Amino acid sequence: MKQIPALPSTLALLCAAALAGCASSVKLDETPVESRTPTPVAAGGVSATPGARAGGTPQSQVATVDLTKPAAATSASTLARIVYFDFDSFVIKDEFKPLIEGHAKVMSTSKVKRAVVEGHADERGSREYNLALGQKRAEAVVKSLALLGVGQQQVEAVSYGEERPAAAGHDEASWAKNRRAELKDR
Amino acid sequence: MSVWPRRRFVASLAALASGGAAAQFRVEISGVGATQVPVAIAAFRDEDKSPLAVADVLRADLARSGLFRVATAGEPLDERSQIDTAAWRGRGIDAVVAGSVAKLADGRFDVRYKLWDTVKGEELLGRSKVVVAADLRLAAHRVADEVYQAVTGEPGVFATRIAYVVRSGRRHTLLVTDADGENGQTALASAEPIISPAWSPDGKGLAYVSFETQKAVVWLQDITSGERRQLANYRGSNSAPAWSPDGRELAVTLSRDGIAQLYLMSRDGNQLRRLTHSNAIDTEACFSPDGRTIYFVSDRGGGPQIYRVGAGGGNPERVTFQGLQNLSPAVSPDGRLLAYVTRQGSSFRLATQELESGAVRLLTDTVDDESPSFAPNGRLIVYATRTQGRDVLMTTTLDGKIKTRLVSSGADMLEPCWGPFAR
Repeated sequence: MKQIPALPSTLALLCAAALAGCASSVKLDETPVESRTPTPVAAGGVSATPGARAGGTPQSQVATVDLTKPAAATSASTLARIVYFDFDSFVIKDEFKPLIEGHAKVMSTSKVKRAVVEGHADERGSREYNLALGQKRAEAVVKSLALLGVGQQQVEAVSYGEERPAAAGHDEASWAKNRRAELKDR
Repeated sequence: MSVWPRRRFVASLAALASGGAAAQFRVEISGVGATQVPVAIAAFRDEDKSPLAVADVLRADLARSGLFRVATAGEPLDERSQIDTAAWRGRGIDAVVAGSVAKLADGRFDVRYKLWDTVKGEELLGRSKVVVAADLRLAAHRVADEVYQAVTGEPGVFATRIAYVVRSGRRHTLLVTDADGENGQTALASAEPIISPAWSPDGKGLAYVSFETQKAVVWLQDITSGERRQLANYRGSNSAPAWSPDGRELAVTLSRDGIAQLYLMSRDGNQLRRLTHSNAIDTEACFSPDGRTIYFVSDRGGGPQIYRVGAGGGNPERVTFQGLQNLSPAVSPDGRLLAYVTRQGSSFRLATQELESGAVRLLTDTVDDESPSFAPNGRLIVYATRTQGRDVLMTTTLDGKIKTRLVSSGADMLEPCWGPFAR
């Protein structure tokens, strides 16, 4: 079977630029969703009819952008999205700085990219204090992103306090999983 | 007496069928030698012909207070009866209640009763209330309040209501019930969390926090009509609504300036002014009964502790000094006692502090207490706690000796707030 020829490089660039401009605006539903950034058309990424033509790209070819499949090529989607915190703390530990730097890079290079940072807390203490703590954690992540070039209008901090736990148990193992800030695309 | 257990069983079945509505608060009296007034209550004449056995509600209310030892008067009596007080005294009964429920021509009901003091040998009270059928339960609670006040000298809270949140899976319900947990009516049903309900001082509205728009927003809802509007929806989280005693203002927690801080706003949501100016979390405001001071939680000193500040602004001063963390302040109606949750080790426990002397008292031996709220007579505190894996509501007297528990099967009960007297 013949290999699918790579698109001429200028065409690939044009396609990539056009698709990058059409940033996805899929609304979030209740369940965490994966990134829906469209796969930039690059070598090997086109699902055109295989082995059909000899020589160049067919004039009638249509490139498919499949939003329902997990995006493979964007580096943002392979980044972790959750920052974990110590009890009653909103300090971003060193081990999560690469995560934030990675997202900041993706977002600062494309000013149309939007995200929300959702802050959470474990169940200990009052719901209101935990709501504020979750907000503080989300704001800490947003602040770090802003320092690295992400625009204020690109990212919002919200909090769910202890209301949306990731783990339902009443022990430190569960609590540690709930003390978090999650970065979600908008 | 044989009628009551059957009714309770039926009520529980109905509660299960309706998907997790609450059963009645049940009493656990732990006080040693708590003195109780023995009272005999006769079935009200013709109550079996009305939609509600008023005497059953009356007996349950007085028994649940822990201050009465309730007996059923075996013989048929009503408010017209001649009571042989000496004979009742001989049987160890200090008070007798007898009455009737009469249906009027217009369909309403006339509830009449008398209260006799057998020790003094005289009639203490004689009253009549005319209500529509739907308010018969309320009338019974009012009778209980009047009997309670005549005997103890304190106003009763049987005719008050509480609001709380029921959570079952992804379903959240803001419920308004009688103080005994019965007669629950849904104020708000949502697929997203609801927290921090706060009764307006006139008892007509509930402020609360809803996550229905995927963030914390403060709403105000009229209880009777269900009309609702957003009170605070600024950038970030909006939460912890607390009413001023005159009902004209609310304190709220807003993160619009980058971190949770206290703000005051008029009840229409306007005239916003910032009250605290720290770089810390300031939240969970609670007005003193004279409206001049606001108690709140702040972690400006490291961990969350309770502070107070003048409602007109100024420098906050710290109030709690014991315990790793102190949260959720509630001030008693006489302004002398602060109820709150204190963290000791890994436990979060309900405590009170006398504001004048600073004396602290722990009220529970549970480890997961939340959300204390005073009854309007200042004699009881309702709070949420966890026992045997279930989130339940409890009430306690200020000495911790008489506790009642409200459990719902299949649902968690959270965030109780006791409503005011006016109804």
